[in-house]
Amino acid sequence: MTAEQDVITAPKPASAARHHDGLTHEQLLSAYRQMKTIREFEERVHVENASGAIPGFTHLYCGQEAVAVGACEHLTDADYIISTHRGHGHCIAKGCDVVGMMKEIHGRRDGLNGGKGGSMHIADIGKGMLGANGVVGAGQPIAVGAAIACKLRGEGRIAASFTGDGASNQGTVFEAMNMAVVLQLPKVFVFENNGYSEHTGASYGIGCEDIVKRIEGFGIPVWQADGFDFFSVYEAMGKALEVSRNGGGPTAIYCETIRYFGHFEGDPQNYRAKDEVQRYRAEKDCLLKFRARMEANGGLSTDELDAVDREVGALIERAVQEARNAPRPRAEDLLTNVYDNY
Amino acid sequence: MPKKSMREAINEALHLEMARDPSVIVLGEDVSGGAGGTSGQRDAAGGVFGLTKGLLPKFGEHRVIDTPISESAIIGAANGAALAGLRPVAEIMFSDFIGVCFDQILNQAAKFRYMFNGAKAPLVVRMTVGAGRSAAAQHSQSMHALLSAIPGIKVVMPSNAYDAKGLLLQAIRDDDPVIFLEHKMLYNDTCEVPDGDYTIPFGEGVLVREGEHVTVVATGQLVKLATGVVDRLAAEGVRCDLIDPRTTSPLDEELILESVRETGRLVVVDEAPPRCGFAADVAALVAREAFASLRAPVATVTPPHTPVPFAPELEREYLPDAARVERAIRSVLAH
Ligand SMILES: Cc1ncc(C[n+]2csc(CCOP(=O)(O)OP(=O)(O)O)c2C)c(N)n1
Repeated sequence: MTAEQDVITAPKPASAARHHDGLTHEQLLSAYRQMKTIREFEERVHVENASGAIPGFTHLYCGQEAVAVGACEHLTDADYIISTHRGHGHCIAKGCDVVGMMKEIHGRRDGLNGGKGGSMHIADIGKGMLGANGVVGAGQPIAVGAAIACKLRGEGRIAASFTGDGASNQGTVFEAMNMAVVLQLPKVFVFENNGYSEHTGASYGIGCEDIVKRIEGFGIPVWQADGFDFFSVYEAMGKALEVSRNGGGPTAIYCETIRYFGHFEGDPQNYRAKDEVQRYRAEKDCLLKFRARMEANGGLSTDELDAVDREVGALIERAVQEARNAPRPRAEDLLTNVYDNY
Repeated sequence: MPKKSMREAINEALHLEMARDPSVIVLGEDVSGGAGGTSGQRDAAGGVFGLTKGLLPKFGEHRVIDTPISESAIIGAANGAALAGLRPVAEIMFSDFIGVCFDQILNQAAKFRYMFNGAKAPLVVRMTVGAGRSAAAQHSQSMHALLSAIPGIKVVMPSNAYDAKGLLLQAIRDDDPVIFLEHKMLYNDTCEVPDGDYTIPFGEGVLVREGEHVTVVATGQLVKLATGVVDRLAAEGVRCDLIDPRTTSPLDEELILESVRETGRLVVVDEAPPRCGFAADVAALVAREAFASLRAPVATVTPPHTPVPFAPELEREYLPDAARVERAIRSVLAH
């Protein structure tokens, strides 16, 4: 939980013991809040980007929320994750400060990375978030190293890495999978297939029948999940973690999902059929799905869900206002943090 | 003569050479784009920056190859195809990603000819370089100094559309591995570019402006910046030789030395990091070969020894600007 999220006053559960889908009322609220926060954050960044307020390259995660939140809901600050170039969702799910992130994306001095990193490089080591990464595939071996640290400390910690369908073709990812098996590391590979790598469809880029077979080829057990469904991802991640936290070596989960926006902000998306996104938005959206399930089984009430929507809306509005008014970096900041000392 | 952007000039060179020589192939991530997409539109991207647009419909999938995200395999495949008699033009979207495939450049491509008794490896690797778009530390670096330090590969760095076309045609016809560095900030810059075929030899710099007081050497996008400064100073009677080396390996040492022997003063303007960089290399060349002509210490204008920052204010601070170039010229004149 971030400081920002702590101040949100969630409606009190009717009964603290109420459980649905194996999650407590608090966990359900938290899961919904996290997914909603990512959605609002991304949709707002989309708007702010179009207005010219956000410099550089921005890759939005919108549509994939169930994966980041379903996976990270199991993790604490003591566990590590490493992200991709499409990192906002993973960062929020791992508990990075949302206001600090918004400031960073705006290139401000008090942004999470001091304005030096921007959208592609958001990190918060204290939260176990080892960075969004601009180099496709680079995160997986880094997470192997974090898993070595987890194993050495022997406190049941794990490291998880997020990998796109496109990234799964990268040699570094193959090497990381093999090394994780050889070293029997507490590492979960989260594969997130949103159908595209930039302008190329996954069906073209992946030579074998599917990514699952490829992962299994390395000797890594894989649990498949519906990437549009928080509960499906949560359950798969739970099973993977049970193995990896208890000395069973690396595991993987595989989720199919979709990104709602282009590869990067400004992408004309000529490679995509016009109705593709609308269809998924209407039929499979993870937030709509979550709400429908809650309303059907009584896990959370409509009032509770609406209250979260309002709180998240206010948080994102505050984040944008603070980001706009935050100080810009100064010339002397250019030379800080190159080295610890030199 | 028609005016064309550097993007159009490079695209045109690829079209011309693929039509002329059936052994030329193009490969890289999204070089056409749209493979496996739901719109069914192939050539949806034509490269992330649109440089390879239109090649697929004209030359087909056997010669215009969309690859998975696999830089080691892309450059390795270009190496192998070149040894096997093709002329591959590989694209690495951002030069920063050579981190992923550096072995194929450093230990493979660069060494074939030397190790294998003169074997030809006629490949070109096109990649974007440079800062200016707030693309942060992993998408903005300038790699020419690092790459020029490797014997066995040639490094090309066009500063305008005309040179880009002629140098790319030369690069594809060249029998050595060539790294062709395209600055992102130059793609939309236009100048007169002939429609037909012409090449520009490697290792021949160009004298962009002539003057007897100071020698200014500038590379890539900074040639434009330096031209502006040199022209302004000319109005007040300070006249500079402005040299664009066009290729950093081979380097037109003679052009630089001849100029410094006349002016006695040298300013090098470059976007590579300063330590062991291109500017330091040129300064050392002049100190070594033309020390007696120097009337002032050599001045260099480069970014500081830091990664490239994200925030636009910091990136502006990072990059050489006109004020710094002018100050450097005035400082060598003050001696
Ligand atoms: C080593 C490297 N190669 C290429 C790129 C350019 N690039 C950025 S994202 C991307 C596609 C990644 O696809 P995928 O892993 O499926 O993730 P998605 O974008 O779909 O989330 C590419 C090719 C890069 N950043 N790093």
